[in-house]
Amino acid sequence: MAEEFEPKIMAFICKWCTSAGADLAGVSRLEYPSNVIPIQVMCSGSVSPLYVFSALSQGADGVLVSGCHPGDCHYMKGNYYARRRLALVKKLLEYIGLEPERFQMSWVSATEGVKFTQIIKDLVKELQPLGPQTKLRRN
Amino acid sequence: MKRTGVFICHCGINIAGTVDVKKVAAELAKHPGVAHAEDYVYMCSDPGQNLIMKAIKEKKLDSVVVACCSPNLHETTFRNASKAAGLNPYRCEIANIREQCSWVHREMSKATPKAIRITRSAVERVKRNEALEAVSVPVTKRAMVIGGGIAGIQSALDLANAGFEVVLVEKSPSIGGHMSQLSETFPTLDCSQCILTPKMVEVSKHPKIKLMTYSEVQEVAGYVGNFKVKILKKPTYVDADKCTLCDECTKVCPIVVPNEFDMGLTGRRAIYIPFPQAIPATYTLDDKACPGMFDTAIACGKCADVCKPKAINFDMKPEIVEIDVGAIVVATGYDLYDKALMAEYGYGKYPDVLDGLQFERLLSASGPTRGRILRPSDKKEPKEVVFIQCVGSRDPELHWPYCSKICCMYTAKHAMLYKHHVHDGQAYVFYIDIRSGGKSYEEFVHRAVEEDGVLYLRGKVSRVFENNGKLIVWGVDTLTGKQVEIAADMVVLAMAIRPSRGTEELAKKLKIALDKDGFLAEAHPKLRPVESMTSGIFLAGAAQAPKDIPEAVGQASGASAKAIAILSQDRLFHSPTVAKVLRNLCTGCAMCVNVCPYEAISLREGKAEVNEILCEGCGTCSATCLRNAIQVKNLTPLHVQEMIKASLGG
Repeated sequence: MAEEFEPKIMAFICKWCTSAGADLAGVSRLEYPSNVIPIQVMCSGSVSPLYVFSALSQGADGVLVSGCHPGDCHYMKGNYYARRRLALVKKLLEYIGLEPERFQMSWVSATEGVKFTQIIKDLVKELQPLGPQTKLRRN
Repeated sequence: MKRTGVFICHCGINIAGTVDVKKVAAELAKHPGVAHAEDYVYMCSDPGQNLIMKAIKEKKLDSVVVACCSPNLHETTFRNASKAAGLNPYRCEIANIREQCSWVHREMSKATPKAIRITRSAVERVKRNEALEAVSVPVTKRAMVIGGGIAGIQSALDLANAGFEVVLVEKSPSIGGHMSQLSETFPTLDCSQCILTPKMVEVSKHPKIKLMTYSEVQEVAGYVGNFKVKILKKPTYVDADKCTLCDECTKVCPIVVPNEFDMGLTGRRAIYIPFPQAIPATYTLDDKACPGMFDTAIACGKCADVCKPKAINFDMKPEIVEIDVGAIVVATGYDLYDKALMAEYGYGKYPDVLDGLQFERLLSASGPTRGRILRPSDKKEPKEVVFIQCVGSRDPELHWPYCSKICCMYTAKHAMLYKHHVHDGQAYVFYIDIRSGGKSYEEFVHRAVEEDGVLYLRGKVSRVFENNGKLIVWGVDTLTGKQVEIAADMVVLAMAIRPSRGTEELAKKLKIALDKDGFLAEAHPKLRPVESMTSGIFLAGAAQAPKDIPEAVGQASGASAKAIAILSQDRLFHSPTVAKVLRNLCTGCAMCVNVCPYEAISLREGKAEVNEILCEGCGTCSATCLRNAIQVKNLTPLHVQEMIKASLGG
């Protein structure tokens, strides 16, 4: 049996909600695939579009940005900026021919360890049939 | 060349069970800039910390990465250890390889390479970290307490008795809150007003407490230690210093509106004193009720005519008072869930269907009936009274899923007191479960059943309707499985406890969060129950969750203690990981100014400038800037780019 493709995923997770949710998943010993390498940022609003492109050019097969639920941002409105800004990034990536599954956003609160786990599982499952991302990869 | 030290913790087998820590150490030792890498069973233990400190000194390390548990747990520990060894604490970073790696994966072959990537990423970050000094700001040694119920009163007294100035803001004309409306309190049957009014008097006489009744918080700016608050002081049209409480004005006032203090069971005049022991002891002219004040420009002026001390001033205007405070306690309390939403129980249609607070007023010696229990409809003594618990609570389908917590106890008290007043009457209580956790609470419920003969029926009521002058209650007794029909003279609904009206707007002004049910959210449900997520803002009383008097008082004292911990310091330290502007790159486009949630950025001489005290370091500005001219210290775009490379490369 051919070995299943293991996508490399870069996740930008905010300190206050998603990273805390991911910590809760850990505390609760919920298992999920090891494909995601997290980078904790202060707020999803601080995720520059350049980070997304950079991750893709560095060979990420998928990128996830996850923050607090709309209305619950620790910094009041950072995630609203993230939502608008990254929706444009998503459109741009689709326009240049990248599969839409490769860039995703989600809202995971500090109490949603289970949701975080599910998002990672789903993301890996969606990326597996796509194979390696080569469109923006430089190395 | 950088000299970073990497320390990998086994955390017993918590990490070492799924991550090959020796391999992580070996791989990291090869990473550029790493001068030292080692693993140890418990890095957070004293020997573990000593090992880090020793390595910093002996290997002349200029930065440290500890690969261990979440930074929420031991970041401070390791930064302090680094500091003790002579390193700037901001040159120490944590790689979270436990919560986000070893605990969520099972196979060592997969968890180990991920742990290596996470640790490398942290190394790339720390290599570029600047040495930072915490920003220090002076503390305004004054507190504001919002809400003058029992929680707010207790909190204000505790703060004032600790020697700090307190501004107590209450939106209604008197402090006292719902506790002043209650008759007796469970489980001791103490008279509620008798135990509350001494505290109210103490507030009014306390030299450190500035009492602002009939006032509302309008705007809150600033941050812990230095909040700037704008308070709207509504006009009462009565000069409290001149008013002698002669009560002549209410005798001539022609306007009658429902009396809020009696929960609408009686009326009051447009000019009124909420209740005899009101603090401050003065009258208020309700400008929404007085036709002269809102409808036409002509006040009838009868009150002013009879006022001998000339205390009434129709020209009084709303006033905005600006106050600086260092800490805020929010104690805005509760309101009952809107009974209009319980049409099946006939509230609004039948005058003898009451809520718990209305029944308190009937029981109260100072109430509309002077403590006699009489039906509002015909002033007759009810002989059969049905109490229904969990009205709107524990009802996820239609109303609220949570338990309102105090209703089991106050319903037992209501039924008991009813029996004390009407010896030949019968009290029925419909309940789902009896929750009487609390000192002497269980015994109190037993007393209601055994000594006072209250009949408890386990089940819900489906409908209340009128027939031949009786309120017919249809319910079910789930213990016998039978349907129950009671022809009652009065029905009392234990309505769900809701955050007081206006809580949501106030929370927005304070920038604090609400939980899923609309109560104020605490910072941690177990370990930080009196703090909000915003530093310097604390929570007390039923605004945070339904709670009874002792709990509200306890939480209020807790909130005060937390506030005192801030106010007793001369200076506070603020994280220095704030935004900085690279002036040569900045074009002064002001996009960062517009997105900053804290108004921390302004333009000076055509360039952006960051107020380091206001900046919280969220980085929204940095993602907005087209030229990378504004960056958050120690997490700049360069940091992140290198972290991405380290996470994905190799």
